[in-house]
Amino acid sequence: MIRSQVLICGGTGCTSSGSQQIQDRFEEEIAKNDLQDEIKLVRTGCFGLCELGPVVIVYPDGTFYSRVSADDVEEIVTEHLLKGRRVERLVYDDHGKAEADEFGNIALSDTTFYKTQNRVVLRNCGVINPEDIDEYIAMDGYAALGKVLTEMTPEEVIKVVTDSGLRGRGGGGFPTGRKWSLCAPNKADIKYVVCNADEGDPGAFMDRSVLEGDPHSIIEAMTICGYACGCNKGFVYVRAEYPIAVKRLSIAIEQAREYGLLGENIFDSGFDFDIDIRLGAGAFVCGEETALMTSIEGNRGEPRPRPPFPAVKGLFGKPTVENNVETFANIPQIILRGADWFASMGTERSKGTKVFALGGKINHTGLVEIPMGTTLEHIIYEIGGGIPNGKKFKAAQTGGPSGGCIPASLIDTEVDYDNLTAIGCMMGSGGLIVMDEDTCMVDMAKFFLDFTVDESCGKCTPCRVGTKRILELLDKITSGKGTMEDIDRIEELCQYVKTNSLCGLGQTAPNPVLATLKFFRDEYIAHVVDKKCPAGVCKDLLTFTIDRDKCIGCGLCARNCPVNAIQQTDYVAPGKKRAAYSIDAAKCIKCGACMSNCKFHAISKQ
Amino acid sequence: MKSLAELQAIKNRMKDKVVLRDGMEGARVVVGMATCGIAAGARPVLNAFVEGVNKEGLEGKVTVTQTGCIGICQYEPVVEVFEPGKEKVTYVKMNPDKAKEVIEKHLKGGQVVSEYTIGTVAV
Repeated sequence: MIRSQVLICGGTGCTSSGSQQIQDRFEEEIAKNDLQDEIKLVRTGCFGLCELGPVVIVYPDGTFYSRVSADDVEEIVTEHLLKGRRVERLVYDDHGKAEADEFGNIALSDTTFYKTQNRVVLRNCGVINPEDIDEYIAMDGYAALGKVLTEMTPEEVIKVVTDSGLRGRGGGGFPTGRKWSLCAPNKADIKYVVCNADEGDPGAFMDRSVLEGDPHSIIEAMTICGYACGCNKGFVYVRAEYPIAVKRLSIAIEQAREYGLLGENIFDSGFDFDIDIRLGAGAFVCGEETALMTSIEGNRGEPRPRPPFPAVKGLFGKPTVENNVETFANIPQIILRGADWFASMGTERSKGTKVFALGGKINHTGLVEIPMGTTLEHIIYEIGGGIPNGKKFKAAQTGGPSGGCIPASLIDTEVDYDNLTAIGCMMGSGGLIVMDEDTCMVDMAKFFLDFTVDESCGKCTPCRVGTKRILELLDKITSGKGTMEDIDRIEELCQYVKTNSLCGLGQTAPNPVLATLKFFRDEYIAHVVDKKCPAGVCKDLLTFTIDRDKCIGCGLCARNCPVNAIQQTDYVAPGKKRAAYSIDAAKCIKCGACMSNCKFHAISKQ
Repeated sequence: MKSLAELQAIKNRMKDKVVLRDGMEGARVVVGMATCGIAAGARPVLNAFVEGVNKEGLEGKVTVTQTGCIGICQYEPVVEVFEPGKEKVTYVKMNPDKAKEVIEKHLKGGQVVSEYTIGTVAV
């Protein structure tokens, strides 16, 4: 009998910090101690707390080990698994904030990171082995599909999804039930279900984690969608850069076919459905639904004008329903637990939960799932553990390159679709990048625009040329050559690109610029009028200077300067033994090496 | 997959295998497995509990785990049984046969085997 299970995170974050080696070492050590019949190793999907990875959890105790290395494994096996003594130095203590149980364990669900999360989409991530269909079935997997195929009509399924209030999680927020009901009545010889797993926002990894941690939930949901809308063929369009997700999804599809959960006559209902994977080459525009379909068809990924909408004329010219990974992941739970249960979470017009990938200047980088309507403050300070190094929160960027920023003054905003749109932001797919006082907002806007310029497919002029011109103007400002007229020109161009672009990429590309102009206009003005970058980021506007009265003449800065821009002077400050150094501004490349090496805080940047 | 019954069968078969991860419910048998316990023969006792619980079909209701030194080394092997809402029972100087008896009478029958508890042995 298995008396203990060791869960090792197999998400992308933990895998890249060595969880595969940890698993190998566990196998070795367990065999060495002859424990293979009592201890089971389970490689799971992402736990969410990527900051503390690689993560290992030992059940039944529920001991949560963080930042484990392969060298720690021997100790965990001989101490914990053999003798039952926890390896205290590796146990996550949540900075003393969570209470331990009578055995001294802190349950994962009691830590500040997990306590207020509500895991619907991520319920199986970090819990089951994603490569074992039986474990998914043990967690009520495929029960929703069984219920749908044996007890419900397609109309009833669509009604439940509509009543639940679920909206598209890919960014647009279109009601899912309505999308399904638009496709269902259209007649054709074949109709398609497409799962959009082309997650492209920098820093976002929600869909990736779902595919890696719970791939069967997507297969089950797509099949349910196929039944509701009368489609018999499904495609998952996933980026080739997600090798673990692709591998686990392929395994899951194989297993589902073996069990007859994909294929012909599923649950003896007469309904046939099968799924294929299509790999995307990583173009951001292919996350746009029409471009994605063009790409699946084998053509260059470019969007097409709508109408006709995909529900009428989509993939290969046939009626198609397309939903995002996270949207699909909600479906089985909605079917099993009912529309009312789902609608009881969230706000009036945004129901359920939302997964966010927390990144940037925040203590707990990772994946969080919270009910809609949770305040930004709660996400950043409670779940996210605040800003590192005691810095001040400045803004949070939602929606990646298509979204906008929420400034510190609006930190009490309740995050849902409508509230974010109201302040000129957007929900996006769920990337949440936190910025502190050291971030220059003009530089940040430039970064995202640089991304969209690269990723614009070039089909329509406003997006292809417009974004490029905005980027040039931003470049001018950050290099200190901007004028106030440039700011007005940027605003005008942004509006033009927004209204005239063909697809979502161009229509949303100016958002980061517009949002920063709205909330941080003073920073733009500082760059233009004062020729200063308040956050000290834009290199062309910086000068490094040595305070000659503080300099003790040690010469450490000069030795670390890569371009020999620092020379000793003749000036010896009162009380100092050696002559001070000074920086030749003409030679300085503003790398900051001198400043970070000066132990006497004699160097400053302005 | 042709019927819901097939699906349910897989679920039932698997339920016991993932239940450990559902948090601790039901009785919890803790075997002292420090150096003192191992020297006194805690390993066969642990094995007896693990096998016995499995044989009696108690997985899911009883979890078997180990702990370090409890401090009463002269009474090892020590086994503690925690049940929700009840007081902890400490069995001392255990061996595999006594373990089987505890499974049969205590874990299955609900009757504490008082002759092996610390209160009886130590006095």
